[in-house]
Amino acid sequence: MSRGRAPRIAFAVGAAITSIIIAVALLATIWTPFDPAAISIVDKLQPPGKHHWFGTDQLGRDTLSLIMAGARNTVGVAFVSVIIGLGIGVPLGLVAAARRGVTDEIVMRGNDLIFAFPSLLLAILITAVLGPGAVNAIIAIGVFNIPVFARVVRASALTLWTRDYTLAAQVAGKSRARISAEHILPNLAGVLVIQGTIQFSLGVIAEAGLSYVGLGAQPPTPSWGRMLNEAQSLTALDPLLALFPGFAVVLLVLGLNMLGDGLRRRKGADR
Amino acid sequence: MSADAAPAGAAGARILSIESLCVTLESARILDQVSINVSSGEILGLVGASGSGKSMTALSIMQLLPAAARTSGAVRLRGQMLSGMKEPELRAIRGRHIGMVFQEPMTALNPLMRIGDQVAETVRLHLPASAGQAAEAAREALDRVGLTGAAGALDRYPYELSGGQRQRVAIAMATVLWPSLLIADEPTTALDAGAQVQILRLLQEFAHGRGQAVILVSHDLAVISQVTDRIAVMEGGKIVEQLATRDLMRRTHHPYTEALLAAARLAPKRAAQGGTDSTPVLEVRDLVREYPARRRSLWRRAPPLRAVDRVSLTVHAGETVALVGESGSGKSSLLRTILALDRPQSGEIRLLGERFSMASRESLSRLRRSIQVVLQDPYGSFDPLWPVERLVAEPYHALDAPPGAAERRINVATVLEQVGLSTGDARRYPHEFSGGQRQRIAIARALILKPAVIAFDEAVSALDVLVRAQILELLAELAQRLRLAYLFVSHDLNVVESISDRVYVMRRGRIVEEGPTQAVFGSPQHAYTKKLLAATPRIGRPL
Repeated sequence: MSRGRAPRIAFAVGAAITSIIIAVALLATIWTPFDPAAISIVDKLQPPGKHHWFGTDQLGRDTLSLIMAGARNTVGVAFVSVIIGLGIGVPLGLVAAARRGVTDEIVMRGNDLIFAFPSLLLAILITAVLGPGAVNAIIAIGVFNIPVFARVVRASALTLWTRDYTLAAQVAGKSRARISAEHILPNLAGVLVIQGTIQFSLGVIAEAGLSYVGLGAQPPTPSWGRMLNEAQSLTALDPLLALFPGFAVVLLVLGLNMLGDGLRRRKGADR
Repeated sequence: MSADAAPAGAAGARILSIESLCVTLESARILDQVSINVSSGEILGLVGASGSGKSMTALSIMQLLPAAARTSGAVRLRGQMLSGMKEPELRAIRGRHIGMVFQEPMTALNPLMRIGDQVAETVRLHLPASAGQAAEAAREALDRVGLTGAAGALDRYPYELSGGQRQRVAIAMATVLWPSLLIADEPTTALDAGAQVQILRLLQEFAHGRGQAVILVSHDLAVISQVTDRIAVMEGGKIVEQLATRDLMRRTHHPYTEALLAAARLAPKRAAQGGTDSTPVLEVRDLVREYPARRRSLWRRAPPLRAVDRVSLTVHAGETVALVGESGSGKSSLLRTILALDRPQSGEIRLLGERFSMASRESLSRLRRSIQVVLQDPYGSFDPLWPVERLVAEPYHALDAPPGAAERRINVATVLEQVGLSTGDARRYPHEFSGGQRQRIAIARALILKPAVIAFDEAVSALDVLVRAQILELLAELAQRLRLAYLFVSHDLNVVESISDRVYVMRRGRIVEEGPTQAVFGSPQHAYTKKLLAATPRIGRPL
């Protein structure tokens, strides 16, 4: 069933990293060691120590609290944008596969239009029009997720439509919409979970990128991208300041990719 | 085996010898003390039901078993020990000295490569040949399998070829380097009778004409008996009997061989007792189904492809009517139209004397209650996520007032018992069943609405012979007990002869011959029917 233990270990590690970070993000909604917004100039730029585990920044804010609160923001933005992609992309893909013909062409060419813009450029465009902020970052990233899910769903659904059980359902008089809901969608669940994990990790990178250029969450909402931006000018003074948020992004993306990879291998082993 | 088993004059040098081969995979014995010899100029048939170890034997000759498999015993090719040989040396032997042909020719070919290049690639992989020499060898190999190089076959892509032609390409690839051993694993199972005969002739030509050793693996004893010199019968990983093919009909054999023989020799259907009812349940009149063809000109619309051309047929109550023809003859299009999945261009369909129209929803759902279908693929016919009870009850959707949960459960249990499954199977999932059991579930699904007609689209073609015989028996019994009418679509004339009362022969969208099965099979009138009958493998009838 499996080729060696390495993939299974990678899957377990990925699942552990991801769930720890999500747990931390959830925890940050109710508790952080310090108020991440509390400024205390006396305590500025302290190295990691007993009191402030990850040290403090140029305004004396506790870095660990900022990272935790930043996780809340990043995970939230990435998660909601995946939900947007799923919520709109999946029905579009299902309809395109079920109706084929003109509907299919319209849906898929619309997707191509969105795909034609590089994702970050599109996000900058949207936030430039709507104004910067976490909600607009969600919309920007979410819009880019729509064609990804639509394509994946359409491609997989087209294969499923060639199976005889869809024919048997048609003989029973079921409509194409009903067959899509009852037979096609449930059989796509595995594919969607895998693609969702991948889009989640891309969303994390996109959110960090947007807040880095100042188009994501606005101060005082903490975010990993803006922490990186602020740490940039202080690199010579305190390199650790950039290291923690950078490492947080890397860790979450790595965890998600290991998880997605592991899920894909598992699914492969099922067949 | 004694030497007299091989036909006189064909006994050549020993090419392959397998001694006491045992294979264990995940603590299950897959092969148990298998010993076979094959000589040059000889065709050995390896026959058995699915899971009997035929394909595993073929793979272990190539040393292509899964890495987790543990093997013991010896495989020798021309005296050279293959067991335990290192991978690079084995690669030099595979393709060069042993050629292999698989069941599904499409998956064996690279869809993006011209067939000439694919065959030539095999040459250049093993020999220091120039591109020109390799292309020349490829052309000769394709010539030998009847795909003439001059006719541009070299430049074609796999998708441009029919199933039979693709299988011939696969054989050309396997034989281009004149391997001393050719292994063909179910090479004709995916093909219709006409293409099957050509492939079997080719195998015969390679063995008897050119002195190669050939192993033909098949579940169908009729196919095996037509071309092989010797037969090895496998059951549960063991070889239960080895015999000369000419002895097959002469004496009694191991009980398992007898069972295979009985399953391959389907008895023709006896005339229905008491005569058939004359009430027509399904009447098709001058039905036409066309598909739009691709435009070739900007100004002119291309004439549509006529898949069904003014077809008329009738099925009476309690009668089994067969529709036969090769692939591409329009059988499936006709069936789709009868099942109201496609709209006909003209003509009419009457069900239980009532004309039904594609326009009215009410009339459609009434139609769907009276005609149900059993499809070919026992693996694709069921949503893998649904339990059997939900699958079998799916046709209830066609009813205006579907029964409640309790009644539904009882009805599902009833039909499951009718098809020989148990009530408890309702809670299980499709993957827990074998191919034959799945086909029983499909029949249960067709029975649940108590229809007047059940259509079968190649419903037993994917099953191996023993299971096929059981399913045919079940169908005959159900037809009699429930007074069902069947419309049985198939390309297998043996099956058709054993189950149907009347037969329609379809060719290029038209019915070319019709009549009582015994009369049509006994003295076919149309040349096409004669050709189909001649191509059908029969036990004890050489090619």
